[in-house]
Amino acid sequence: MIKLKMNGVTVSVDEGSTILEAAQFMGFPIPTLCHMEGLSPYGACRLCVVEIGEGAKSKLVSSCTYRAEEGLTVRTSSARVVRARKMILELMVASCPQSKVIQDLASAYQVRQQRFRQEHETCILCGLCARMCSEQMMAHAIGFQGRGDHRALGTPFDMKSEKCRLCGGCMYVCPACQLRCTYTQPEQAICGGCANLSPPCLEKVQFDDMMCSMSPCVACEIKKD
Amino acid sequence: MNPDTILPIVEKYHNRRGSLISILEEIQSQFGYLPGDALQVVADKTGKSLVDIYGVATFYRAFRLKPRGKHLTSVCLGTACHVRGGPSIAREFEDQLGIKCRGETTPDNEFTLETVMCLGACALGPVVVVDGHYFPNVNTGQVGSIIKRTREGLDRVEIHEDKRVFPVEVSCPRCNHTLMDAAHLVDGHPSIRVTVSYGEEHGWLRLSSLYGSYTVEAGSEIPMGTLAHFFCPHCHAELLGASNCIACDAPMVPMVVRGGAIIQICSRRGCKSHMLDLETSTVA
Repeated sequence: MIKLKMNGVTVSVDEGSTILEAAQFMGFPIPTLCHMEGLSPYGACRLCVVEIGEGAKSKLVSSCTYRAEEGLTVRTSSARVVRARKMILELMVASCPQSKVIQDLASAYQVRQQRFRQEHETCILCGLCARMCSEQMMAHAIGFQGRGDHRALGTPFDMKSEKCRLCGGCMYVCPACQLRCTYTQPEQAICGGCANLSPPCLEKVQFDDMMCSMSPCVACEIKKD
Repeated sequence: MNPDTILPIVEKYHNRRGSLISILEEIQSQFGYLPGDALQVVADKTGKSLVDIYGVATFYRAFRLKPRGKHLTSVCLGTACHVRGGPSIAREFEDQLGIKCRGETTPDNEFTLETVMCLGACALGPVVVVDGHYFPNVNTGQVGSIIKRTREGLDRVEIHEDKRVFPVEVSCPRCNHTLMDAAHLVDGHPSIRVTVSYGEEHGWLRLSSLYGSYTVEAGSEIPMGTLAHFFCPHCHAELLGASNCIACDAPMVPMVVRGGAIIQICSRRGCKSHMLDLETSTVA
């Protein structure tokens, strides 16, 4: 067992567990978007930052990837941590404003303004769907492609994948695209996610050959018109 | 694409860890790009997932998933070129060629347009590089002329000004009749007239008499890469040398140059291999 100090409380956790797991065990809330039990930690969204160490040596680390150490001092909601999370949420609202999950988190953290150029992305590149696909569904049908601002998730060549069983696991875990396509049943939508009227698949050349398990879907409806 | 050409490349690495990039590099050096079928073969043979291989292939700039056009046009968008108007030059290229700066290729397969993140020639910025030719201090007004010059050929020499280009007079090595046709000019000089045949086709061919010029005129267009047989129009003997082309292994065509030399040109259409032999004055 490893003993560490979390928000002033001494905690003992199993060797090899992460700070996030320790905090969840103790009931200290840490927001995450890219972490899910049963999937490998990825550290992409950075929302789970916590402050470790003392005084001038303290630093911010992502708690989902940082293993608990003997004698570590952790603060899960210090002013510095909250400031960092607010900035991350502000950036996420700037890129993915239609996500209900992000909206709720931003609201909970009192993000009241968005000072960046407004985009309408449908993905925060958290990689949850790719990990879900390969680690839980054992399909390995989707993954990252491209780099920099062209980085995206999808199937190779954006074509229908033979490995995909259309389980929908990727959409189930996605924090950004949930309920994006309730076009024909707006009463089931919670947040107006369907207001995203330019689905990214519409711009693809191989639109008809693309992977999609959503039926009916807003993109196909637009394409028909 | 034939999977048999991919298999030896994949098997050579014995599925070692970290060999994926080497495999992809070798496939690309063979095809000039990474065909989708080839990636599938690599996935099947290495047991890696196609998704991961596609991720690697799209991550590195060195890999291309589409064939590249004849002329690679790189617009520099490094910091120095960027502040001096690189992006508007890139847009101008996009507009004039009708393709995007993401490594796209024009439908006629002539131009591939890409942006680069610094060519190390910041003092010349904004810089555009076409097939290794640097164009310094480019403005949007010059884009059209760069495209035009590339279409005409950037390596083309000015025949009238270049000292390396000089006229020769040649005759048939068998009957010693001159092959020159003073009545018909090519490149402004009397042309060399021979008879050619390839496949079922027969016809005449006029070559430029300028040493260093590859201008030809033919009765019917000879497809690139075709091997042609050359004949003397006077004695009808085939002009056939003993040696083969060092570049493409096609038979060389000998002609006697006035003043004592033998010039040999490659008989393959499009091959520019030639040699001037000053030692021998007669054909063996």
